[in-house]
Amino acid sequence: MGSQTLKFTNGIYIQSTATVVGPKEAEGPLKVSYDKSYDDLYCGESTWELAERKLMSEAIDLCLQKANKKNEEIDFFLGGDLLNQNITASYVAREKEIPFFGLFNACSTSMEALTLASVLLDGGFAEHVVTAVSSHFATAERQFRYPTEFGGQKPNTAMYTVTGSGAAYISKKKSKIKVEAATVGKVVDLGVTSPFNMGAAMAPAAVQTIKTHLEDLERKPEDYDVIVTGDLSRVGTPILKSLLFDEGIDIYKNHQDCGILIYSGDQKVFSGGSGCACSAVVTFSHLFDELAHGMIRRLLVVATGALLNPLMIQQNESIPCIAHGVSFEYGGD
Amino acid sequence: MDQNQLEKNKKKYKKAIEPFQPKPSYFKNCFKAFLIGGIICAFGQGLMNIYIYYFDLTEKTVASAMIGTLIFIAAILTGFGIYDRIGQFAGAGSIATVTGFSNAIASSALEHKSEGVVLGIAGNMFKMAGAVIVFGVVSAYIVSMIRLLVQTLIS
Repeated sequence: MGSQTLKFTNGIYIQSTATVVGPKEAEGPLKVSYDKSYDDLYCGESTWELAERKLMSEAIDLCLQKANKKNEEIDFFLGGDLLNQNITASYVAREKEIPFFGLFNACSTSMEALTLASVLLDGGFAEHVVTAVSSHFATAERQFRYPTEFGGQKPNTAMYTVTGSGAAYISKKKSKIKVEAATVGKVVDLGVTSPFNMGAAMAPAAVQTIKTHLEDLERKPEDYDVIVTGDLSRVGTPILKSLLFDEGIDIYKNHQDCGILIYSGDQKVFSGGSGCACSAVVTFSHLFDELAHGMIRRLLVVATGALLNPLMIQQNESIPCIAHGVSFEYGGD
Repeated sequence: MDQNQLEKNKKKYKKAIEPFQPKPSYFKNCFKAFLIGGIICAFGQGLMNIYIYYFDLTEKTVASAMIGTLIFIAAILTGFGIYDRIGQFAGAGSIATVTGFSNAIASSALEHKSEGVVLGIAGNMFKMAGAVIVFGVVSAYIVSMIRLLVQTLIS
């Protein structure tokens, strides 16, 4: 389908999803939508890395419990996170004993995993696939920025990494949420170098993906009830809208951003949320609830990822970015 | 896309996003930095006066005692998770002072506690403050060499 878009014709459906989040997310406006939350960043573990692992592990458990499935019945587990060598997903896979694909596309991994899961199912190579992504404020700060207690001032364009994990179980059995099409993003880099301004860095990637998605499927923005981006935040969102408007695509009416939805305005999160979990926990809870109840008929999720590496930034490279779009439809009636 | 076109696009994009960037308010930030930095310095001066009054210290020796106290307080505040909030508010006001140096070391040490005492805490303690120490020593060396040179030239 077109240059970058895959259309799934054999009927791929989301069977169940689960989200587990940290304290700040649980105080946010979507608190009732999450399956489980912790009021402490350590989540009862001794290190932050263990805490993140617990979040992902529990999200998968809850997700499979809802669908009454056991680990042995799952053909593949596609997972990813933000940490070096994908340690969260790898260690969770060690525990779950499901054949595993480790994925990294920064914060767009959630939709990358769903796309690949759908490809596996549509191609007939699997019957039951589980995807999960996670991120954690403290582990991400430590890896990408400064120690958490360091008193350096961050600019208002900075983002707050979402603590949480979202898991989804997908198969061909008919359900309320249908995975209809996916657009695989290209890496776009327009020279933004500041890791504290990822919204501006990622916006062009989202523009490319949304534009191509609509062209490939010969659709208009109005064909979607909601077009949601992963984590462009308050800085990247207006840039995206205005860039698309210049291209003749008006998404002012139906666009939302997970990084803005997840926190309320009075929470101190700079320009909004980011991280793999950002698009995952908002989509898998709040947006899928609305989709399952038919309040949204068609939803385009464009997860944006800044493929940031601190070492490359120190070597004066800019931030390559990517955005993967997946279109979901109400499959009920 | 060829390289020239890409460079042009990058420049164009940089211009295009300018209006969307929240403007840092320099005056407000300077004032906050001045306020908090000033409070820290005034507190230090107060400490010096108290130490001279109560202990057997001269104006030369009291400085180390005062700095030691400030470093200790900043490290404690870092441990309680308060110093990073002060830092977000005050910016340079709480980074440029000796307390900021203490915060940089204490926060790095805390962050790597999970990797053990030797490789974690000791190995990473100077991760952020190391550069300050290196340049401090190097510039002190250069300045004293210049001073020595000027002194010998004059006499």
